[in-house]
Amino acid sequence: MNTTTNPSIHPSLSTKFIEVHGVEQTFKTAKGLFPALRDINLTIAKGEFVALIGHSGCGKSTLLNLIAGLTTPTNGALLCANKEIKGPGPERAVVFQNHSLLPWLTCFDNIYLAVERVFGAKETKAQLKARTDAALALVGLTPAGQKRPGEISGGMKQRVGIARALSMEPQVLLMDEPFGALDALTRAKLQDELLEIVARTHSTVVMVTHDVDEAVLLSDKIVMMTNGPAATIGEVLSVDLPRPRKRVELAEDPQYVHYRKAVIDFLYTRQGHVEKAA
Amino acid sequence: MVSAVFHSPLDAAPVAAQNAMNNVAISASPASARSQKQSKTEATASPAPASRDWAALSRSFWMAVLPPLCGLGLLIGLWAVVSTTTGGSIPNPVETWKQALEIFSNPFYRNGPNDQGVGWNVLMSLERVAVGFGMAALVGIPAGFVIGRFSFLSRMFNPLISLLRPVSPLAWLPIGLLVFKGANPAAIWTIFICSIWPMIINTAVGVQRVPQDYMNVARVLNLSEWKIATKILFPAVLPYMLTGVRLAVGTAWLVIVAAEMLTGGVGIGFWVWDEWNNLNVKNIIIAIFVIGIVGLVLEFALIKLATAFTFEEVKA
Repeated sequence: MNTTTNPSIHPSLSTKFIEVHGVEQTFKTAKGLFPALRDINLTIAKGEFVALIGHSGCGKSTLLNLIAGLTTPTNGALLCANKEIKGPGPERAVVFQNHSLLPWLTCFDNIYLAVERVFGAKETKAQLKARTDAALALVGLTPAGQKRPGEISGGMKQRVGIARALSMEPQVLLMDEPFGALDALTRAKLQDELLEIVARTHSTVVMVTHDVDEAVLLSDKIVMMTNGPAATIGEVLSVDLPRPRKRVELAEDPQYVHYRKAVIDFLYTRQGHVEKAA
Repeated sequence: MVSAVFHSPLDAAPVAAQNAMNNVAISASPASARSQKQSKTEATASPAPASRDWAALSRSFWMAVLPPLCGLGLLIGLWAVVSTTTGGSIPNPVETWKQALEIFSNPFYRNGPNDQGVGWNVLMSLERVAVGFGMAALVGIPAGFVIGRFSFLSRMFNPLISLLRPVSPLAWLPIGLLVFKGANPAAIWTIFICSIWPMIINTAVGVQRVPQDYMNVARVLNLSEWKIATKILFPAVLPYMLTGVRLAVGTAWLVIVAAEMLTGGVGIGFWVWDEWNNLNVKNIIIAIFVIGIVGLVLEFALIKLATAFTFEEVKA
């Protein structure tokens, strides 16, 4: 099953890891049924970095929540490692859009809560603490461990959120616009850090984003979604840029520009503007 | 803080008249500290910085102290006017002050069960409030948690709470007298009844309003119910709970005076009624101040406690 070829080069050749089969999602609202997603079919290989991109309200986050197991689909099925996704679990860690750190716990304790849950049964306290420290170090926040989320910047909070997700050694890392609320410079820095971390840990990542550059820079595969309601996958673009990727060099790379153009073309020419409909 | 908000437009106004041309934004009501300071700098450009700092400091001091003093002065002034127009049946402030000094020179004397110092009366009332409120907290907070957590229970108890909450707690006093066969437990029972509602309601609302984000974290981590309760629910609900506690204590302090007037014994409410029977109006006025000050201190202490346990992101 787990052929450990370098997954980032030809993800389409690796095994299926996450499978989404004919998923449809309908929400009950005050105005009646709202069809959010229809006919979603998607496979994601182990170690692949997939970006979900689309206009606001196209159901990107809905799809991510389905993979996370936070919601269940109206129709269709989702599989992770050949098992049906029935609910959320620590093997599919989520980095939330608004970081969702518990404000009454220190950064260390926020991560420790996750570490303890996943490894508490098998490991000693010292080992759990070492894991927590390692996760903090991974995102460069060792000095901020004893601070509360209210005392650190937005970028640092988001890094703690990522550290918490990574500390669980998840099979899949699900990120819902993790850098959406950050300024451009901080975002670029965290993207570079994420690239490094993912290269080291070979994580499978599904990331929701609005940002075309972010999608092209980070992903192996960009899933472009049509406008809602009843959104579906419009096109899947494989990004065959070699890794490690450097943003400065890529800026003028013709291939990078080509991918970027393809996504922009999809979003703005073919899918146009959606705010009226949504 | 309050004075800063209220006074900035006021003291910005004369400056605005001078600088009307180049300072348009000054009329925006909560003139920001910076624009205020800036306009002040323009107005008094000539003096040395040190003296200006001193002037600003003394002004902010007076702005903090003067308005409350004016308020107090107004109260005492009105009181004096009422006292003279009623021909002294309401004692004037000076006499009352003298009487107060006398009373507070020996607040803890005991001359039998119906004649004790004001200190004992206040302490007895506080004890009743503490016991009644404490029992209400023991019952109300856990009840609030389960009502907030399980919608069946919430639907089950909400009509009962809506029905019983508007009832004056004093209406429960006869029931208390009947069941407990004593004045003191009946008063405590009244306090229990009046302080349990705010605690149940606020705790339940707090549980229902725990941000979905935090619950999603719990779900992704697959935390146990115990961990959810201790690490997420309890800290998230604490500020709501403390608001309930503050409202409960405030109501209890209101109700104890009335309850003690009816039940007798030792207590500040009984003292007020006793002094009325003695036609000692000075002591009644003193009691009003004592009740007010004790209430103020309780409120202040509980607000301090609440802010210590409130995290900025909970409020948002």
